[in-house]
Amino acid sequence: MPSTLEISDLVESLPNLRQELRQYGQMILASSVMMGEIPAPTYGEEERIRFLSDRFNECGLQNISIDEAGNAIAVLPGAEGTRNILLEAHVDTVFDRSVDHSVTLGTDVLRGPGIADNSIGTAVISVLPILLEKLGIRLSSNLVLLGAVQSQGHGDLGGFRFFLENVQMPIHAGICLAGIHLGRLSYSCLGMLRGEIICEAPPETFWEKSNASGAIVNLNEILTGILAIPELKEAGTSLILGSIKAGNAFNTVPSKALLRFELRSEVLGKITVVHRKIEEILQAAASDSVARAELHVVTRRKPGGIKPSHPIVQGTRAIMDSLGIDPKVAPSVGALSALIAKNIPGVTLGLTSGQNLHEFNEQIQIEPIFTGIAQLIGVLQMIDRGIGHED
Amino acid sequence: MKIDDWLQHNTFHHEVFWDLLNLIKAKEEKGLKISLCIPTLNEEKTIGKEVVLFNSELKKKYPLLDEIAVIDSGSTDRTLEVAAAFGADVYRASEILPEMGDKPGKGENLWKAIYQLKGDIICYVDADIKNIHPRFVYGLVAPLIYREEIKYVKAFYDRPLAYSHKIRSSGGGRVTEILVRPLFSLFFPELAAILQPLSGEYAVRREVLEKIPFPVGYGVETSHLIDVYRQWGLEAFGQTDLDQRIHRNQPVEALGKMSFGILQCFIRRLEKDDMVGEQSEMSAMYRHFQAHHRHYKQVVQEIVEEERPPMITIPAYRRKFGLPDS
Repeated sequence: MPSTLEISDLVESLPNLRQELRQYGQMILASSVMMGEIPAPTYGEEERIRFLSDRFNECGLQNISIDEAGNAIAVLPGAEGTRNILLEAHVDTVFDRSVDHSVTLGTDVLRGPGIADNSIGTAVISVLPILLEKLGIRLSSNLVLLGAVQSQGHGDLGGFRFFLENVQMPIHAGICLAGIHLGRLSYSCLGMLRGEIICEAPPETFWEKSNASGAIVNLNEILTGILAIPELKEAGTSLILGSIKAGNAFNTVPSKALLRFELRSEVLGKITVVHRKIEEILQAAASDSVARAELHVVTRRKPGGIKPSHPIVQGTRAIMDSLGIDPKVAPSVGALSALIAKNIPGVTLGLTSGQNLHEFNEQIQIEPIFTGIAQLIGVLQMIDRGIGHED
Repeated sequence: MKIDDWLQHNTFHHEVFWDLLNLIKAKEEKGLKISLCIPTLNEEKTIGKEVVLFNSELKKKYPLLDEIAVIDSGSTDRTLEVAAAFGADVYRASEILPEMGDKPGKGENLWKAIYQLKGDIICYVDADIKNIHPRFVYGLVAPLIYREEIKYVKAFYDRPLAYSHKIRSSGGGRVTEILVRPLFSLFFPELAAILQPLSGEYAVRREVLEKIPFPVGYGVETSHLIDVYRQWGLEAFGQTDLDQRIHRNQPVEALGKMSFGILQCFIRRLEKDDMVGEQSEMSAMYRHFQAHHRHYKQVVQEIVEEERPPMITIPAYRRKFGLPDS
């Protein structure tokens, strides 16, 4: 744990820093609006990346580039520049290009598709160099700013993983920035498997006279089997049934059904066991009902992370405490896992509070953003002092 | 100036003006002051965003604008409070030049802005634009900064979400395509080249604004075009493609009212110039415009509305139905 002496001055300065940040509120809001109104579906982030890259350019940053994966990268040089701290925000949203991306600004909220996940996060990395300059903060380490593409759904953190595989400078620590929720503190990640079960019913002649038949029935039987897997009832392992699609009408038996799910576990090896059992259930279903049932694994991650006693975690808690933030510790299933896979110490932090995540009326509160940015700057300064680095 | 030449040299896309540092340098070299006027009436839902965006991007970050003013027609919601909170100068139209009285209509706000604001150029931007962006201002004022002969720059909006062929229509609204462009084709053919004559976004030099009358209602945009054209010709105009504009759609009844107001102003100008009754000189050429990528070209079609006399005057008809010779 960092000694109180090491960061006491930093912790004490943060409430004043938050107050100073308010005078730059319009710049933060304007950037959030402009960022949020550029559609950025996964695999279609080019326009938003170009905007982010232009913003980096306007800040006078060095080494601005768009890499082969499509990520926007820039470096704010440190006074010494012997270490590199990574600040990542994913650029893509879950919304299609055809959705009206207008952002509404109220007196206390910003509202629009993707504003919480993660337009506000991307906007903050775009203005952070200006904020640091105006606040008179010069980091000793280089700050590597990354707008990462292809993070959501089938993108499977493709942009971030590409960056970490190919980056030409050592990354000593990293922060992943999430729009919501302020107080989020993730320093470990769950083992995770994201999959799709596609169930195709047998030809019509087999089931047309039956009362209960078709792909929905087949999928239901499979699901009943999955939910009975004993490991899913154990603490630390869970199954999220995220989406189901089948059929189009009241009176037509569907021939196809699709289930999307996410399996999570804190226990090493548990995902593998449950995965094997799901495959067995699918094989049995296919032979019983002459249906086709397949599992497509979209994403798979191992559990891992830094310990609660790690200096970065302890220091982040002290910083949150100084700003009156109540930490909500939760393992990540997102970008942090890519850092962990590379043995880079880091945390995921949230910026503000919000509602209606992934709905068209997604919204965030404006006032907590200042606390969220003060927290971010505090954690950056703490890491900049060498606390928790893997040299 | 021929229409095709004008389309080629005075029609712009906002992206060519992306270099704001260069634009500001040119503005300062010419000693210009630029004011933004946002006319409002109950716009509390959109005004905050518009003011924040222009204030942050075009006043503080890039000092293109010297003032941002909201001129209000008597909002009963929190429009003025929100606009002021985000840094705009706010005025009630009724309190500007009070000795001239207070007339209802957006044109009143635009006219009083000339008195209230300081700029050598005034840029007018409506308050109901959902996808507001700095281009709505710099795209309009840039031609005035770079080209001294241009005096009046109108916005037009292109890039529809989907179109099936490479060639697409110029995309005017219903009132434009059904009323205004046909009228211009008849009486002021060159003005038909203004792709969206009714757009509420335009930037104008003070030396022009102070010399033209202002209808206070729906006819203000159409009248401006005619009056500026009469005094300074087509070459005084520029137009800039600002891509998409997302805004409230007007119901048909509102379009009828708008058309009625426009017709009044239009006919008043025809009467003033003694153009009514000169139907033999009316053009039979209908002009509309097509876009191919960013190249615009006029399409001229002859539409002659010939007329037949009443059937009862035709001798063959009279004979067939046993009518006496007239």
